[in-house]
Amino acid sequence: MKIMNMVNAINDALDIKLKEDESVIVYGEDVGVEGGVFRVTEGLQLKYGAERVFDSPLAESGIVGTAVGMAVAGLRPVVEMQFCGFVYPAMNQIISHASRMHNRSRGRFKTPMVIRFPYGGGINALEHHSESMEALYGHIPGVKVVIPSTPHDAKGLLISAIESNDTVIFMEPKRIYRAIKQEVSEEKFSIPLGKAHIVSQGTDVTVIAYGAMVREVQKAAVMAKNEGISVEIIDLRSIYPIDKETIKESVKKTGRVITVTESPRSFGVASEITQIVNEEVFLYLEAPPKRVTSFDTIVPLPKGEHHYMVSPEKIFYEIERTVKY
Amino acid sequence: MFNTYNPLNNSMFRIMDNFGKIINTDYFPDLLDEEILKAYHDMLFARTADLMTVSYQRQGRIYTYPPNYGQEAIAGAAGKIIQDDDWLVPAFREMGAYLAKGATLKEIFLVFMGYEDGSKFEYAKNMLPTSVPIASQLLHAVGIGYEIKLRKKNQAVFTFVGDGGTSEGDFHEALNFAGVWKVPVIFIVQNNQYGISTPFRVQTASDGIAIKSIAYGIKGIQVDGNDFFAMFAALKNASQYAKSGNGPVLIEAVTYRKGPHTTSDDPTKYRTKEEETEWDEKDPLKRLKAFLNDKKLIDEKAEEILIEQYIAEIDRQFSEAENYPKYPLNDVFDYLYDEMPEDLKEQKREHEKFLKWKENLKM
Ligand SMILES: Cc1ncc(C[n+]2csc(CCOP(=O)(O)OP(=O)(O)O)c2C)c(N)n1
Repeated sequence: MKIMNMVNAINDALDIKLKEDESVIVYGEDVGVEGGVFRVTEGLQLKYGAERVFDSPLAESGIVGTAVGMAVAGLRPVVEMQFCGFVYPAMNQIISHASRMHNRSRGRFKTPMVIRFPYGGGINALEHHSESMEALYGHIPGVKVVIPSTPHDAKGLLISAIESNDTVIFMEPKRIYRAIKQEVSEEKFSIPLGKAHIVSQGTDVTVIAYGAMVREVQKAAVMAKNEGISVEIIDLRSIYPIDKETIKESVKKTGRVITVTESPRSFGVASEITQIVNEEVFLYLEAPPKRVTSFDTIVPLPKGEHHYMVSPEKIFYEIERTVKY
Repeated sequence: MFNTYNPLNNSMFRIMDNFGKIINTDYFPDLLDEEILKAYHDMLFARTADLMTVSYQRQGRIYTYPPNYGQEAIAGAAGKIIQDDDWLVPAFREMGAYLAKGATLKEIFLVFMGYEDGSKFEYAKNMLPTSVPIASQLLHAVGIGYEIKLRKKNQAVFTFVGDGGTSEGDFHEALNFAGVWKVPVIFIVQNNQYGISTPFRVQTASDGIAIKSIAYGIKGIQVDGNDFFAMFAALKNASQYAKSGNGPVLIEAVTYRKGPHTTSDDPTKYRTKEEETEWDEKDPLKRLKAFLNDKKLIDEKAEEILIEQYIAEIDRQFSEAENYPKYPLNDVFDYLYDEMPEDLKEQKREHEKFLKWKENLKM
């Protein structure tokens, strides 16, 4: 065991996979010499050489498109997009090829690759550095979407993502890159994709979140506990495949559900969960399923961000209203 | 100029050497001494503002900032060429051009303090806000160029991008469209040798950027970007060329980012002291000052006083920005649509209800 933050844990996962599998290749903008703008890939080029860990030209479409080529040829590229807001030039390669090659070639060509990038707000960043657009990726048939909420999960999920024969979008909540430290095994371990994690058991209401919002929900749950409300917290871990079983079982028990995301409200993960609950466990519900999300607006620059970011108070507010419904 | 200059020879267009001596009189711009001195002072102001902005950041009074240090001649010269009616479609490392266009430091500070309001740049005619997604703005410049051409206006568009930006597809699409449409757009590539930590040789196997113009069927020139006169002459010719209906020009301004990429970056990780020292000798302000000194136009005492005045002015605008009103909730919602959709109004109302509840929570 070793104390790690999420940056260390992701670095460790990459290190383990680079060491044991020569087909793993890591690249992206400033990923090699500098080790990435958040230092996630620090030291890896020194260890594994500039043929396997390297800086690419500044072109996201180029990075993802070449990764598709590498993947069909038998490599396992793990590419970095520098920030959530800069994935979009690569959208064509993600939607038109990375997600479809398997289907198009009827299983002959697979694209075992990981596209990782920091996402989310709360770090006082300039424009385009704070979005939480997981719903865009969740909407693409043919890719998996994974979001860790702790260093331990980041390591285990990334190892699974690299070993997956599918394309995995791996979104890293940069707000908690260094904010959460915990003991993480230095050994190799993996956490299955598509399985949610029950962070804490409760009986009155199920609150579902992922990424940086899990910590906010935990704070809200403490506030709720002081009011005598018992919250069951589910960390989704994977946006897609989505773990319906865990959600359903929990809602059957509590009869109430709130989903918390820092993304815009409409057409999002929270809406998807609400509908899963409505379709499958409707008769267990004692209150309408709720969404606590950011607004359908652009993430404000830092001076306005407090208006936008979901706070523990707002989560608690919705918990109280739902329980008292 | 563009009919005789051949980018294939890859010779860098220069007018002044590193010591301020004129080495190319053919193209020496037709400028009065006072005008040259004024240009030097504008660059000095931009540098002073830039260095002070970095120190404000170090004091925690603004967020991340991308320094211009070492690249001032490019925006400085552009600022002299870009006319009121011309368009400026910027990237984010050409403060001098922003200022020449009429943007205020206060507005620039507001942006880096985290207010969108700064990006309005309300006194700057025909200037778009900063574009963070690298190279994407170049296509907007081409679209604006199309409007100018369609309506037969006597204007040009000046747009900026970095060497890293030339790797993006948008850069190539913009050059291609501009060539096909023959629009009056001047692409200024600030080749400062790095895109964050990534050196130029990782961006392209080509000898330079200007050379790329050939394949797009447009004019291109590689210019010593730390030579104010060379930049001035190239931009002036490009502006005339474009406004006469000849089409776009690609200017590669070879320079060096003397500071970090942004205040969050540490260049010691990826470049050497020797390299930095080598470029110190080509510093754009140092060179122009040497030229002016030879002409006995520099008065050190007066310059010191001037810098004092600049500092006071910059501080004044900074404190105006620091005293800017709090960011109201409405500002999150009000600027997305011409008319706010009902659902969005409701989201705001809902949030206001929560805020009321929260106030009671505290009591
Ligand atoms: C599409 C996109 N990808 C990545 C980034 C992150 N980023 C910001 S600046 C930068 C380097 C830009 O280098 P260059 O174009 O040479 O301009 P310079 O910063 O040197 O002025 C990168 C990669 C971005 N802003 N936009």
